Amino acid sequence: MNKTQSKPENAGNTCQTSANPARTWSPPPFIENPTLRWGLLLGLAIYLFLSIGSLDVNWNRIYEGLDRGAKFIFGFMNPNFAGRWTDISEGMIESLVMTVTSTALGIAISIPIGFGAARNLAPLPVYLFCRGVIALSRSFQEIIVAILFVAIFGFGPLAGVLTLSFATIGFLSKLLAEDIESIDKSQAEAVQATGSKWWQWLNYGIQPQIMPRLIGLSLYRLDINFRESAVVGLVGAGGIGATLNTAFDRYEYDTAAAILILIIGIVMLSEYISGYIRKGVQ
Amino acid sequence: MAETLSSSPKIWQHRNRNQQLLSWLIWLLGTALFVVCWQKVSESTTWFFVWDAPRIAADIGSRMIPPRWSYINELWEPLWDTLNIATIGTMMAIVMAVPVAFLAARNTTPSTRFVRPIALLIIVSSRSINSLIWSLLLVSIIGPGVVAGIVAISLRSIGFIAKLLYEAIEEIDKNQVEAVTAAGGSRLQVLVYGIVPQILPAFAGISVFRWDINIRESTVLGLVGAGGIGLQLNASLNVLAWPQVTLILILILLAVIFSEWVSAKVRHAII
Repeated sequence: MNKTQSKPENAGNTCQTSANPARTWSPPPFIENPTLRWGLLLGLAIYLFLSIGSLDVNWNRIYEGLDRGAKFIFGFMNPNFAGRWTDISEGMIESLVMTVTSTALGIAISIPIGFGAARNLAPLPVYLFCRGVIALSRSFQEIIVAILFVAIFGFGPLAGVLTLSFATIGFLSKLLAEDIESIDKSQAEAVQATGSKWWQWLNYGIQPQIMPRLIGLSLYRLDINFRESAVVGLVGAGGIGATLNTAFDRYEYDTAAAILILIIGIVMLSEYISGYIRKGVQ
Repeated sequence: MAETLSSSPKIWQHRNRNQQLLSWLIWLLGTALFVVCWQKVSESTTWFFVWDAPRIAADIGSRMIPPRWSYINELWEPLWDTLNIATIGTMMAIVMAVPVAFLAARNTTPSTRFVRPIALLIIVSSRSINSLIWSLLLVSIIGPGVVAGIVAISLRSIGFIAKLLYEAIEEIDKNQVEAVTAAGGSRLQVLVYGIVPQILPAFAGISVFRWDINIRESTVLGLVGAGGIGLQLNASLNVLAWPQVTLILILILLAVIFSEWVSAKVRHAII
């Protein structure tokens, strides 16, 4: 990306460090070490050659699919909200319900874990335990957790709620702990110096410092949980995903497009609202 | 913060009365909303299964151990496919996202009124829909296989890369752009010498970050038929072969750790 040769008019620009006035200037390369630069490029070329060679593309199938692709785009132009409105509205309401419940549960669990995972508050054993919980929750995709929870708790929105709450812990606790670790110590110390009890110290010395970020992160997570609630339904954990899956399976692209448009609309709306609230908080 | 400094014996409070009432109101509404939602969830739950859950969990747990190590020979190829889905998908996404980012950034877009909203709409549509749903769509259109996964990953990544990149473009140092303009640079030269060098580190960081996320996501795309190790996971789950599931989960975990290590290394080198 840095192979842009300099233009002739730049040749007169000899205020560079070069001793030879005839040398043309060219921008410094992004990666300074030439061995590393060319090595990376060569590795990339070999990798691309191997990976594209191993791709098994069925062009006939793709060509046949173009028809359906056109149908889907057409469906997006004329989404069919009315045809399966009862299914769509039930799925959407279930998704929204799951979003609210799982975010609330997730936040309630994340706060103590976040405090426990902050090295400046928690003793080492608690710290390690909480970091372990966070790492576990961050390692697996929501959908894998959802599969396990459906197997354990049975079909239905409860499995989805638990999945999303579990995923919220990994996200919120980690960022919250990082925020707590970077608080201004003097404020906490000042509260402690007045002879406060431990919970008063948390409440007046630390909580006000992390509150704006906590609210911002929670709103952001609310968005994410809504988006994910559309996915966990694919494996039977409740929400709009099941309806969407059925629509695709039956090639009802106009209904599928209607659901996708609703999802995009709700995400846009909630992003707008949460941006507004975040501005008010900070 | 209304500290009363008057002579009255009032005790200091964190909030004044109106703030206190507002805060109580918000808590009341929030709790009511939660209770209503929980009730709806509870209605559609078979509680018998939930009470039975600890026993089922213990049962599944005992079936999952030990993992079936010999199964690993059938997993190398899907793992390679997974890597390809993530990497080629990210590259395709970068190619498509860069122009979108320049069209969406306020300081480089040709028209704030007409082009920018379209670019923003592309970004939000791509971001709102999960890559699993994109794969569901693509599997139904172009058939199951690795290609559907690659296209799904790239469509999902456009919004992410373009959003972070256009924010980086909007935050550049204007003086450098002005300097190139003052030297008589054309629009293209301003872009190449004034803007691109400033966003290059951010761009590399964003790309590697997204690649890291894509490795995670491409491990599960197979669940809906879009290739990769998820296909094997789905097959093993369908026949309740729990020892194989354990092995696949371990491999996914290792892949995630590997990608996070690579992305941390690269970002460390850049910053």
